[in-house]
Formats: sequence, C-alpha cells, structure tokens
Amino acid sequence: MTVVVTPPQDGALRRVSDVLIARPGLLLMLLLTPPLLWLGVVYLGALFALLAQSFFSIDEFSGTIVYQPTLATYAELLAPANLDIIVRTLVVAAVVTVLAALVAFPIAYYAARYARGKVKALFYLAVMMPLWSSYLVKVYAWKLLLAKEGAVTWLVQAAGLTKILDLWLAAPLVGGPSLSVSYTGMVLTFLYLWTPFMILPLQASLERVPATLIEASDDLGAAPRQTFRHVILPLAAPGLIAGAIFTFSLTLGDYIVPQIVGPSSLILGQAVYAEQGNAGNVPLAAAFCVAPIAIMFVFLALARRTGALDAL
Amino acid sequence: MPSEAGKAPAAARGTAKQAGRSPLGLNLAAGAGLAFLHLPLAFILLYAFSDEDKSFQFPPPGLTFRWFGVAWDRPDIWEALALSIRVALVSTALAILLGALAAAALSRAKFFGRDSISLLFILPIALPGIVTGISLRSAFNLMEIPFSYWTIVLGHATFCIVVVYNNAVARFRRLSPSLVEASMDLGADGFQTFRHVLLPSIATSLLAGGLLAFALSFDEVIVTTFTAGQQRTLPIWMLGELIRPHQRPVTNVVAVAVILVTAIPILAAYYLTREGEHVAGAGK
Repeated sequence: MTVVVTPPQDGALRRVSDVLIARPGLLLMLLLTPPLLWLGVVYLGALFALLAQSFFSIDEFSGTIVYQPTLATYAELLAPANLDIIVRTLVVAAVVTVLAALVAFPIAYYAARYARGKVKALFYLAVMMPLWSSYLVKVYAWKLLLAKEGAVTWLVQAAGLTKILDLWLAAPLVGGPSLSVSYTGMVLTFLYLWTPFMILPLQASLERVPATLIEASDDLGAAPRQTFRHVILPLAAPGLIAGAIFTFSLTLGDYIVPQIVGPSSLILGQAVYAEQGNAGNVPLAAAFCVAPIAIMFVFLALARRTGALDAL
Repeated sequence: MPSEAGKAPAAARGTAKQAGRSPLGLNLAAGAGLAFLHLPLAFILLYAFSDEDKSFQFPPPGLTFRWFGVAWDRPDIWEALALSIRVALVSTALAILLGALAAAALSRAKFFGRDSISLLFILPIALPGIVTGISLRSAFNLMEIPFSYWTIVLGHATFCIVVVYNNAVARFRRLSPSLVEASMDLGADGFQTFRHVLLPSIATSLLAGGLLAFALSFDEVIVTTFTAGQQRTLPIWMLGELIRPHQRPVTNVVAVAVILVTAIPILAAYYLTREGEHVAGAGK
C-alpha cells in the first residue's frame, strides 16, 4: 500500500468527525436515512397506497372508483373465475420451481463439490451469463425455438420422434395446437428464465456442506441415495428455499411470458395487468396483488427461520 | 440476487475437500443443464443472419448480413436505446449511493429492527415485479404525477439498490475492522479513514454492483411498462415487436446487440469482484 501523508485536519470537519465517532448511533442514523427514506416513501408508500385501494370498489356503471371502505372487491377475487387464475398460477409456479430445482441441482452440486480453479470460474460464468442476459431476448429465443416451423419441431422430426410430440400435444392440460401456445411451452420458457436463480443460492448452500460429513456418511455404510436424502438434501434446504423465493416470485409476477408463449387462459400477472389497464379496475388488480404478496411473505418468513436469506 | 458471498471459492473458506472423480451421471446431468441454459441464445445469433423474414423457419434457408444495415438505419431503435442508457446511468448512480449507505449501516451494526430493515431492501426483488410496477403507477396516478423520464428512473433505482447493497455488504463483512481502527489510531479522522481506507477497499464492489445494476436497469421491462407512459425504452420497443412483429429480422439483430451490450458489464463485474477476494484484511 502506498503511504498517504495527510496532515491531521483541524476545524469544523474534524469536529464533525469526532462527534460522529463518539456517537455511532447518530452516524448510523445519518447513513440509513437516505436509503430508508427512498424505499420507505417511494416503495412502501406506493405499495400501501395500492393495498389500500383493494378495500375500495368500482362502480359498475360509471367505471369510477368508489372511495368507500368495503370488502366487496375481495369477494369478487374469490369468484370462481378469479380463484381459477390464482390456483392455475400457483400450479405453474410450483411445477416451474420443482423442475428448476431438478435442473439446477446437478449443476450446483458439480460446481460446489468437484469443480476447481478455472473450471469453477467457468461454471460460475456459465450461470451468471444467462442469468443476467436480457429477459426479453431470452423469451424471444423460446418463441423462435417453439414456433411450429422452428428448431424444436425440426429436431424432433430429425430424431424421428414426431409421434411422441403429437401425443404430448394431444394430451389434456399440457398440450395444445402447438408447443408455443401450450402450458408445456410456457413452463419451458419460465424454467429457462429462472433456473440460474435457483442454481446460485443452491450452490452457495452446497458449498457449506462439509465434505467430511459426506465421507462420514459413506464410511458408516450409507448408500449414495441415503447420503443424498439424509445428509445433503437437509443441508441444502436453505438454498432450495432461497431459490424457490425467486422462481415463485418471478413466475407469480410475470405477465409477458404467458402473453408471448402459452395458452390463452390468463395467469395472475396477466390478470393484474388486464384489470388495471383496459378494465380500469385498480381495486381488483390491487386485491389480486395481495395473493403473491401473502405467498412471498410466507416464503420470506420460512426463509428467515431456516437462514435461507444468507444464501441469497 | 447473486452476491459476492455466493462466489467465494470453497478453498478460500477453508473447507478443504478431497473429492474424488465425479460420477458419470452427475457429469451428464450438469452438462445437459448447462446446454439447456446456453443453446437457446445461440439460436438467436443464428437467426440474425437468416434471410427468411416472414417466419422462424429452421434451418434458415440462407444467410445474409443485410439486416444489420437495416437495423442500423432505424431511428426509432436509436431513440429507444438512448433513453434506456440515460435511464440506466442515472438509476445506477442513485442505486450506488443509496446501496452503499445502506450496506455501510447494516453490515456490522446490531440494533433493534435491523432485520426488518434488511428485509425492506430485499423486498423490491422478492416481491413480483408487477406488484412494484402497479404500486408505482397507482401512486403516480393518485398524486397526479405525469409519466416522464424521472418516473422510469424512480422505479428502476428502487430495485437496483438491492444489487449494489448485496455486493457492498459482502465486501464490508470481509473487511477487517482492525483496518479502520489502525487508521484511527494513526491519527486519521473519520473522513480521512473513509477516503483513504474504506473507499479503496469497497470501491470495486460498488463498481461491480453498479455494473450489474446497469445491466438490470437496461433490460427491465415489467416495471417499466407501468412507469413509462408513452416513452419507449429499448426493452419496451422490443416487447412491442414481440407482440406485434413488424420486421422480424430487425428484432433478431437488436436481440443480438442487446446480448452483447449486457454481456460486457456482467463480465466486467465478475472480474472486479473476483479480484476482490484478496481484499486487505480479508483473512482476519
């Protein structure tokens, strides 16, 4: 380190510094005030303003918001059509989360336990690059791939598996006229988008599993399957929960993917978007938002109890 | 969000592992997973050269450089790009300032409510983007604030703070407190210590966080659709093309350009924080 010769300062600056060092509480307050003001006013303020609106209702004839506290909007939220949307979205989010965990685990495990030096750096970059590259470009890539005349169909044909693809598309629920307008396509796109968000926390928690524990389990006669089930998996749980926070939250809030790839029935993000946009029903949109907020708070509480937030 | 904490090599943490060779099944599964993460973007690259402009036919019937010239001459793309960069620069600057302050306050101090405050910083990325977007929009409506450049920045800075915060907090935690004490013992006041000891130690983590914040803002579309009004950032331009395609090959070219533009800050951030593993005093 270079030697920095700066004479001790005198005067006001020094006195301010002395006061701050003598009173760490004051320093802390000065440091925290700007970011807290920003998030408190801009973010929480807006969030509460939105939630407050969910207790208003909309006048069906004039389409204007009636500023009278009511639970009518929540009753509307529980109507079968809207409940359907919430349940459908939760199922999609859950499927995406489970699949993401399955795809992520081998990558995270290899990177944490076997990769060293250059290979490890490469693994890290191989996860970071897709994670940070443009969201829309990634969605677009799947639109290209899944298009009827696109690469997936071509590959399936080349492999002689057209029959299997047709059977899959004919199946209820997962199928559809083509991959790009089916739940399969939507889940694949979500899976592609969110898997890196699962890998990073999972890898972080796997790094903390001491190799000696795994060896001990082996020495004591556990089969690899048993070691995985009773040693690795419980210790990786915080990472899995942290990853699930992302896969869930991102799926619940997305309204672009289902618009571009996927069937015509709405999922939650689209419903919120439609209600506040064309329908102009901000109270119902706000009530819709309560569902993901509640789910995410359950997740965050769970994450705090298991220490998963440290794995973020 | 990825933080520095996630990328410290195991060796640096003292967990010496003598793992044997990895099982074949694991190699295959990890390889297939990585292929799944990378191949789709390669297709975008290929399609930018396709001379078929009506469909996404695969394999492309022929290859051409023509679309790069066509995209270059489109003023609407340049305008959207300029707006995106202006928004990202200012949002990043705000995020670096606020994120660094928050990290400095929360990295070591223990006080009542600390956990709730750190939760507050995570909240903008833990809650779905659409919630942030619609909240801001309805708040702007209630307060009768017209949509402008600044409403976009307001939204972006909010979720960019956490990226900088995560990077800076990890660095602050690794920074040995004895460095600060030594500086003070040697007669430096708080500001000198900050200028000559603290700032040089955390600068790269702030820069790395800032680069990631830039990439995040440059690319953001979900919150932006709610706060932009009639303005078009590059992602909003692209979203429009995805929903109602006008000239598919031009979109392909823009997609390739966006991949390249976002790759640079990500790589730079990686190299900055990688060197950060050797921060003075990190070894306790």
